[in-house]
Amino acid sequence: MAEASLLLCRRLTRRFGGIAALTDLDLEVASGAIHSIIGPNGAGKTTVFNCITQNLSPTSGEVWFRSDRIDGLTPDRVAAAGISRTYQNIRLFRNITAIENLLVGMHLHVHSHWWGAVLGTPHTKREEARAHAEALKLLHFIDLAGRGDLLARNLAYGEQRRLEIGRALATRPKLLLLDEPTAGMNPHETSRMMAFIQRVRAEFDITILLIEHQMRVVMGMSDRVTVLDHGAKIAEGTPPEVQGDPAVIEAYLGVKSAAPTAARDHAASLLGAAASER
Amino acid sequence: MKTLTKAATTGLLFGVGGVYLALVGLLEMMQARPIVFGAVNLGQAVLALLALACGAVAARDAGPAFARAGAGLLGGLLAGALMALLQVIVATVPLQGMFIAASPALRNMLAFGFAPGPGALAMLLGGGIGGLAGAVLAVSVPSLRRAIVAGAAAVVIAGVFQELIQLMIQYEGIIGWIRDFVYTWQGLRPQGAVAIFVIAGGTSLVLSHRSSAGHVPSPDQRRRRRFISAGVALLVLVLMPLLAGAYIGEVLMLVGLYILMGMGLNLEVGLAGLLDLGFVAFFAVGAYTTALLMSGSSIGLLHLSYWEAMPIAVLVSILGGVLFGLPVLGVRGDYLAVATLGLGEIVRIVVLSDFAAPLLGGPQGVLDIPKPSIGSFELGSPVKLFYLTLVCAGVAAFIAWRLENSRLGRAWEALRDDEDVAQALGVNLIRSKLLAYGLGAAFAGLGGSIFATMLGSVYPSSFQLLISINVLALIIVGGMGSLPGVVLGAIALIGLPELLREFGEYRYLFYGAALIVMMRWKPEGLWPSEVRSRELHAAAGEAEPVAAMEPG
Amino acid sequence: MSAGPLAIPSVAARRGAARMSAVSLALWTVRFLVVALVVAGTIGTILKDRYTTAQWFEFVLFGLTIGSLYAQVALGYTMVYGVLRLINFAHGDIMMCGAFAGYFVATPLENSGFLEVHPVLGMAAILAAGMVVSGVIAVLTERIAYRPFRRVQGFAPLICAFGVSFFLEQTFRGLFGSSVKSYPAPKWEGVEFHWAGLSVPGVDLLVIVLAVAFMAVLYLIVQKTRMGMAMRAVSEDGEAAALMGVDVGKVIVFTFALGGAMAGIAGVFYAFLFKQVYFYMGFTPGIKAFGGAVLGGIGSVPGAMLGGFFLGLVESVGPSLFLDGIGIKAPYELRDVIAYTLMILVLVFRPQGILGEHMAKKRA
Ligand SMILES: Nc1ncnc2c1ncn2[C@@H]1O[C@H](COP(=O)(O)OP(=O)(O)O)[C@@H](O)[C@H]1O
Ligand SMILES: [Mg+2]
Repeated sequence: MAEASLLLCRRLTRRFGGIAALTDLDLEVASGAIHSIIGPNGAGKTTVFNCITQNLSPTSGEVWFRSDRIDGLTPDRVAAAGISRTYQNIRLFRNITAIENLLVGMHLHVHSHWWGAVLGTPHTKREEARAHAEALKLLHFIDLAGRGDLLARNLAYGEQRRLEIGRALATRPKLLLLDEPTAGMNPHETSRMMAFIQRVRAEFDITILLIEHQMRVVMGMSDRVTVLDHGAKIAEGTPPEVQGDPAVIEAYLGVKSAAPTAARDHAASLLGAAASER
Repeated sequence: MKTLTKAATTGLLFGVGGVYLALVGLLEMMQARPIVFGAVNLGQAVLALLALACGAVAARDAGPAFARAGAGLLGGLLAGALMALLQVIVATVPLQGMFIAASPALRNMLAFGFAPGPGALAMLLGGGIGGLAGAVLAVSVPSLRRAIVAGAAAVVIAGVFQELIQLMIQYEGIIGWIRDFVYTWQGLRPQGAVAIFVIAGGTSLVLSHRSSAGHVPSPDQRRRRRFISAGVALLVLVLMPLLAGAYIGEVLMLVGLYILMGMGLNLEVGLAGLLDLGFVAFFAVGAYTTALLMSGSSIGLLHLSYWEAMPIAVLVSILGGVLFGLPVLGVRGDYLAVATLGLGEIVRIVVLSDFAAPLLGGPQGVLDIPKPSIGSFELGSPVKLFYLTLVCAGVAAFIAWRLENSRLGRAWEALRDDEDVAQALGVNLIRSKLLAYGLGAAFAGLGGSIFATMLGSVYPSSFQLLISINVLALIIVGGMGSLPGVVLGAIALIGLPELLREFGEYRYLFYGAALIVMMRWKPEGLWPSEVRSRELHAAAGEAEPVAAMEPG
Repeated sequence: MSAGPLAIPSVAARRGAARMSAVSLALWTVRFLVVALVVAGTIGTILKDRYTTAQWFEFVLFGLTIGSLYAQVALGYTMVYGVLRLINFAHGDIMMCGAFAGYFVATPLENSGFLEVHPVLGMAAILAAGMVVSGVIAVLTERIAYRPFRRVQGFAPLICAFGVSFFLEQTFRGLFGSSVKSYPAPKWEGVEFHWAGLSVPGVDLLVIVLAVAFMAVLYLIVQKTRMGMAMRAVSEDGEAAALMGVDVGKVIVFTFALGGAMAGIAGVFYAFLFKQVYFYMGFTPGIKAFGGAVLGGIGSVPGAMLGGFFLGLVESVGPSLFLDGIGIKAPYELRDVIAYTLMILVLVFRPQGILGEHMAKKRA
C-alpha cells in the first residue's frame, strides 16, 4: 500500500469560549489505513471530527484533504469532496424509513432536478431506479435486508448503528469517520462491529478514521493510533508503540510515571489485552 | 373512596365546561339551531351530551356495575348542580354588565323554561339522569353502544345541516317523497329523526356483526379502501356545487383556495420543517401582482388578461418566497416562526401605509379586476371559479406528490429531522430551503391570483396573519406532510365553519381548542402521512436495475 | 493521489469564493441597507430640523414608558424560556387578561368616586386584580396546555402555544364581548409636571416608576429567594438541578405565576395609558416584548428589561428619526415595522442577544 497521506491536519485548534478543546493538533492519515484516535472522555476526539467535516470551524489551523484545503468549506462541500461520518450518539433521520435514510445519503450521486421529478422525465426515473438498486445493495451489505421499510426510530440499537454507517457509505466517501461506533455495546457486539468495520474497508476500499474510547478494542485492527488527552496529541504510532508509551499509561490511569508499579502493570495489561489476543 | 373523588372531580370539571360554554355564549347560540324542528335543538343536545360524557368518564374504571352507575350518577348530579347554580345566579344577580352572554334567554334555557327554583331542580335531575345513562351506556355491549352513537350522530348531522341537505334533494318522485317524510321546510320531523336513527343504528349493528366475524382488512386492502374513499370525496367535491347551488359553490371555492395554500405550506412545514407564519405574504404578493397587472383602474399597470397575469404572479411570488427566505436561512425552529411572523406583518403594514399607497392603493386597495375568460366564456360566477381552483389544486397536489417522492423531497425530510446531519451528507441547505420557500410561495401566489379575480378587488385587510394561522391549523389538523390531510383539514376547518355561519365568531375559539387538542392527543393529524414502502415496492419507472455499486 | 500540503493559490481563491456565498452576500446587503437607511434618515432629519426639543423629549419619554411595559412582558417570555425552552406565545394574551381584570375593578371604583379620593388604594386594588388574574391564568395554561409537552421536541409545544393564544383571546371575546371598552380616566391622571420648558405627563411618570419598582422586586425575588435561586438553577441546567433536589415542577409553576403577575401589571398599565381594553390587545405588544426578550438575550432577566426598554425607545423615536428624514410620508404608521424589523434583525444576526451569550450556546 502506498503510504500517501489522504488527510492532513496542521496545528488544528478549536476553543469554546475560554476552553481549548483542541490545541495545535497535527494529524496525518495514510490512504487506505484504519487509523484510530483514542483518549479519555472529553479529550477532544469528537471535536477533531467536527473540525474535519466543518460542522465546527476550527479556531485556527489547516485541514487538507487529498490536495485541497477544506477548512472554510461548508459541510456539504466537504461531503462532496469525499468525507463522511457517523456520530457518537446516533443521529439518524428518525422519522423516515431505513432505506430513505440511505437514499438521503446518496443525495450527491442522484443526478436529477426537482422539475425532472415533477415532470417525471425518463432521466429522473432512471436515476431513481439506479439509486433504489444501489440502496438495496447497501441495505443488504449492512445486514438490514427486509428491514428497509421500517422507520429508522423503530430499528434496534445495533441496526441503527449499522444503518448510520451505511448512510455514510452511501455518499461514496474516500474517508469514513466513525465516532465511537461501539458505544453502548457489550464485548460480543463490539467484536462483531469491529469485524464489520474491517469488512467495510475491504469491500469499499476506503480509509477509516476511527474514534474509540476503550483503547484495547482498536489495538487489534488499527494500522496507526493517535492518543489525545486534554486536546493535545500525547502519543502516536503503531499499536505496540503506543501501548508501551508511559505518557499514554499516565493519561489513562491518571498516575505519574513514578506511581506504584502495580498500577502501571495493571495499565499495561489493560492496554495489551487486545494485542495479546492477536 | 378513590372512585368517589374521581367521580366528583369529573362532575365538577364537566360542570365547569358547561358553565364555560354558557358564559362564552355558545349554548345560547346553539339553541337557535334546531335538530328536530320544534323538539330538540343543538344547545339541548350539547347539554345532554355533556351529561352523558360526564357519566361515562366518571364511571370508567369504577369497578362493579353498581359502583359505575353510582359514579355516573354522582358525576352527572354535580355537573348539573353547577349549571343549576349558574342559572340561579344569572336569575338573581345582574351579571350582564360583565358577561354579555348572561342574559334572561340563557337563564330561560338553563331552566328549561321554568322559574329559577324548579328550573334548578330540573337541571339537577337532568344531570343526574344523563350521568346515569352515560354510565349505563359505557358498560353496555360495545356494538350496541356504537349503534346508538351512530344513530344519534346521524340525526344530529341530518338536523343541523338540514338546509344544505334539503337543497341537494330538490327532486320529484321517490326522492321528493322521502324528503317530505323526513323534513318540513323548517327542519327535521320527529318521524324523520326516528327513521334516520333506526337506519343508521341498524346499519352500524349489521356492520359490527360482520366485522366481528373475524375479517381483518390487510394493509393493501386498507390502502385501496382509503383511495376509494378519497376518490368518492373528490367526486362529491366536484358535483357538490351543481347539486347544492351557488352558496355551496362559494364555500367550496374558499375551501379550494385553502387547499391550494395548504399544499404550499405543507411543502415548507410538513416536509422541510420550516415553520413559516408569514405565509400570507406570498398570497398577498400573488393577489397584488395579478391585481396590478389586470386592473382597469388608474393604478393598473398593463391591463393583461388573467392567463397572462397568472403565470407572472406565480413567478413574482416565487421570487418573493426566495427573497423572504434569504434573510432567515440561518434562523431555526421556533425563532423562525416568530421571524417569519414579523416579516408577514411587515408586508401587511407596508401595503396598508400611505407610504406605499401610490403604488398599491393603500387601504382602498386595487379595484376593477376583470374575471378570467376562456375564449368568449367568462368564468364569472364563484362556481365556475371553483372549478378553476379545483384544477389548480389538483395540479398543485400532483406537483407536491411528485416532489415528496423525489430527491428534493427526501432532502427536505432529512433537514426537517436533522439539519446538520443532512448538510454533512451533502445536502445544500441554502438551495433546499430556498426551493421550499419558493415552491411553497408559488402555490400561495397562485391562490392569491385566483382570489384577486374572484373578489374583483384586493385590499390589505384581506391579508391578515389569521390567514397564515388558518393554513397552518388546517395542515396540522389534517396531518403534517400528508396531502389528503390537507384536503380533509381544509374541509373541516374552512368548509364546516362556513356552513355553520352563525358560529362564525366562535371559529377561532374552535381553532385554538383544536390546535391544543390535536397537539396533545393526535399530533400526527386526522389523516397522517403514510410511511412509504420503498424496499418492497420498486421506485417509479422500473428501469432495469443498474448493477454497479461503485465503491470509492 | 498526491500528498497533502501543496499551497496551490487557486485553492485559496476558491475558499474565498465559498465563504462569500450568495447568502452572506444577501445578509451583507441587508446589513448595509439598514445601516444606510438609519444613517441617511438621521442625517436627513437633523438637516430638516422638523421637531423641537420638547417633541424629541416627548418621543423619548413615551418610548421609555411603553418600553417599561415591554420590559415587564419580556420578563415572562424570558423566564419561561429559561426553564422550559418554550416560547410562550400566549404571554401577550395573559397581559390582556390582566388588563380586563383591572378594567372590571377600575370601572366600579371610578363610578363610586373611590378612585378619585383614594388614588393609591384604588390603584393598588386594580393592580392586585390584574396580577392575580394574570398569574392564575398563566398557571392554568401551564397546567392544561404546556405540562404534557415538557419533554417533547419540535413544533408541538409552540403550536400548542398558538392554540392557547387563540383560545384565551376568543374566550375573552365570548365572555366580555368584542367591543372596545374604554378605561376610566380619574381626574388626577391629567397632572403634568413642567421643567425647563418640558412637560412631563404624570401618567407616564407613574407608569415608569411603578414598572421599574415592580421589576426591581422581581429581580430581588429571582436573585435572593430560594425559589428564585431554584429557578435560575433550572434555567442553567434542568437535569442537574433536578438531581440536586430542586422540584422542577414547582419551579415551573412559580415561573409562570411570577411572569403572569408581571404581565398582569403591564396589562393594567397598558390599558391605563391607551384607555382601551379589547380581546386582541395583547397580540402586538406580546410579539414586540418577545423581540425585546430576544434582543436582551433570551433567558437573561436583566437582558429582558434592557431589551424591552430599548425596543420601546426605538419604536417611539425611530419613525421621526429614521423615516421622516428619508421623506417617508406619515412615518408613524410604520412604527410597528421598525419594531418588527429590529426583532428580525436580532433573530437573524444575533440570536443570542446582547446579554445572552451563555444561553445561546445551550441552544446549539
Ligand atoms: N459545542 C461545544 N460547546 C462547548 N464546549 C464543547 C462543545 N463541544 C465540545 N466541547 C468541549 O470540548 C471538550 C472536548 O469534547 P469532545 O471533543 O466531545 O471530547 P471527546 O469526544 O474526546 O469525549 C470537552 O471539554 C467539551 O466539554
Ligand atoms: Mg466524543
